[in-house]
Amino acid sequence: MSVNVTKTVEPPPLEFHDLTVAYHKRPVLWGIDLEIPKGQLVGIIGPNGAGKSTLIKAAMGLLQLNSGWVKVFGEPIGKNLKRVGYVPQRESVDWDFPVSVMDVVLMGRYGHLGLMRRPSKKDRNIARDCLEKVKMLPYANRQISNLSGGQQQRVFLARALAQESDIYFMDEPFAGVDAATESAIVTILHELKAKGKTLLVVHHDLPTAKEYFDSLLLLNMRVVAYGPTEEVFKYDLLQSTYGGRLTILSEVAEAVREKS
Amino acid sequence: MRHLPLIAGFCLLAAAMPVWADRIGDISETSVIEQAKRFFSFRDPSVRYALIGSVLLGISCGLMGGFIVVRKMALFGDTLSHAVLPGVALGFLWNMEKDPVAIFIGATLAGLLGGAMVALIRQTTRLKEDTALGIVLASFFAVGICLLTRIQKMPGNKGGLDEFLFGSAASIGRSDIILMAVVTSLAVLLVGLFYKEFLVTSFDAAFARAAGFPVNIINYALTLLLAFSVVVALRAVGVVLVSAMLITPAAAAYLLTDRMHRLLGLAALFGVISGAVGAFISFLTTNIPTGPLMVVAATMVFALAFFFGPHHGVLMRWWRQKSRSARVQRENTLKAVYHVLEAREFDGEGVSLRELAERRRETLDEARAQSDALCKHHMATLHDDGDAIHLTPEGWQRACEIVRNHRLWELYLTNEANIAPDHVHEDAEIIEHVLGEETVRELERALNHATRDPHGRVIPGLADLVSGSTPFGSPETVTGYTSR
Ligand SMILES: Nc1ncnc2c1ncn2[C@@H]1O[C@H](COP(=O)(O)OP(=O)(O)O)[C@@H](O)[C@H]1O
Ligand SMILES: [Mg+2]
Repeated sequence: MSVNVTKTVEPPPLEFHDLTVAYHKRPVLWGIDLEIPKGQLVGIIGPNGAGKSTLIKAAMGLLQLNSGWVKVFGEPIGKNLKRVGYVPQRESVDWDFPVSVMDVVLMGRYGHLGLMRRPSKKDRNIARDCLEKVKMLPYANRQISNLSGGQQQRVFLARALAQESDIYFMDEPFAGVDAATESAIVTILHELKAKGKTLLVVHHDLPTAKEYFDSLLLLNMRVVAYGPTEEVFKYDLLQSTYGGRLTILSEVAEAVREKS
Repeated sequence: MRHLPLIAGFCLLAAAMPVWADRIGDISETSVIEQAKRFFSFRDPSVRYALIGSVLLGISCGLMGGFIVVRKMALFGDTLSHAVLPGVALGFLWNMEKDPVAIFIGATLAGLLGGAMVALIRQTTRLKEDTALGIVLASFFAVGICLLTRIQKMPGNKGGLDEFLFGSAASIGRSDIILMAVVTSLAVLLVGLFYKEFLVTSFDAAFARAAGFPVNIINYALTLLLAFSVVVALRAVGVVLVSAMLITPAAAAYLLTDRMHRLLGLAALFGVISGAVGAFISFLTTNIPTGPLMVVAATMVFALAFFFGPHHGVLMRWWRQKSRSARVQRENTLKAVYHVLEAREFDGEGVSLRELAERRRETLDEARAQSDALCKHHMATLHDDGDAIHLTPEGWQRACEIVRNHRLWELYLTNEANIAPDHVHEDAEIIEHVLGEETVRELERALNHATRDPHGRVIPGLADLVSGSTPFGSPETVTGYTSR
């Protein structure tokens, strides 16, 4: 007599298979094959125009794929939308838009509400907690145009927290923020990771990249390298990612030297 | 056919003419007051229709205008509203009469076709949005004018199609009103039900899509409602100016509020006011079409918001600026009084205007004007026949605060930012007026509650400020003040 043990292993939070994305027939991402395990804090590193934003947009199903597929927790993204949280690039919205900080954070709850339903008291409380976490609660009723860059980024982060997702995509959350905001965001990233969330964060600053992230994804149209930070943060790999850009190369050299 | 543009231009002028003879009802009274009485009695059905029609179009245009203004789609609204013209003509050709339903369908389809053309040009060529909008607007409008002119020349036509160009509230009939009511209710209902969806897609479309909202469908729905509200306003405002009824009331609302739901409410209200005022004035005067009057009314509302808006209004900004500089001026006078007193080691309370003028390097008259300003704000009182001033407790407190802010900031810049002591004064002159108590506490902490500024002068302390009394009442306060 045999005992049939069926172990239910949850599929990986994110899986790319042979993904190719093009804008107007010009490919910007080529044959991406990746599997991101649960509970990872992944930094996506690459020069401007490397396709970092494109990669996370493709992962969230915002773009038409030319070939390949993306699976989120083993299923097409459409089935798992509520498990995905998003922090877009800060410049992607009009900060003069007539909404308050609270309105924006409440938008994080919209995905859970479905069509026509209004946010409830419970949603407001969640939004308030998220604002508290990023220390923006005192600004809840401010119009968003009165915020500094760092404050705007915190609002976006609070909105993503309000989504209560399992996997988060963040596009340059550290761009143009003050030091206090940067460390606040890092703290929150690590808290989320400790809760078993998976995080993919586009990052542009090499020296801090190796401090902040467990693993790095070096990207330039294709995956140059993906793995634990200490294995991937190597001069030759970074050089082939940034390919011949002198200013960046010297920065890389500096960063590598600091490390060793 | 080669002369089409020329013909179109002439026709535009010719078409406008008959409208000028049109007005609400066939009214023979002459005096303006009689006319007004007649308007407000709502005796004529045409007056009632005109007014109800303006209210309905004001609501739908205001609501949709609110969305296109925050989405920066004002030019799209303009293009869509011009693109409906060929549809109006074709709707008329359908059964050769002004059947509101046929015209409604024709106009809506033409407007949507125009919108689709813009999208097509943008997606298939390298041309940018503004160029695509320009091409579609002009071409659709030109075709519309040609068709309209042909219809005008047809035998047996009843005329009056030209009122679609500049609008005539008088021509609104019962069936128009029913159609307008249906469409406006639909717009209000959909915006009410799907407010959340419209809001999130307008603010951050990528986020909305990632959160699972059908962004494309929502955008199509918004475009459709936009086309509806343009067509609804067509009869009263006319094709040429209908986009102004979308944009102007919403723009005025945008200047007045920071929240989307209030913006929509205000935009609808301003739309209603503009529409009603336009209809009323076109009733009073003999020869101006309704559309321009409504748009002028809307522009007046916008001008009011532009000048008198409480936050962004030009006048309020000017006033805030002026009162700020007056306050800085007063605070500088207070500081000068403090300096005079400090120079004689706080011996005696009064400061003569001559001393003040010398200190500030000004004439006696200027010093007097400034003392008067202080007295008016209860910060000082005049003594010795108006030749000397004494600070009141409030005045004294503010003087101490300003001097403290100045010296704290100088010290901070010198100690923490390593700026030479002779470079810090200018900066402190500005900062002293804007430092909040919170920041002052922080500065004091950062500086370990230092008591002397980089030039060795005493920094007034918290104890002196909260006591709120001048140091001249009793000797203890004086010592308490100078040595903490
Ligand atoms: N909507 C778009 N249409 C056309 N090209 C685009 C679009 N978005 C990005 N691109 C191009 O795709 C490339 C990758 O862009 P992106 O993913 O934004 O790079 P990154 O975020 O790494 O800076 C760039 O060359 C960019 O010019
Ligand atoms: Mg990017």
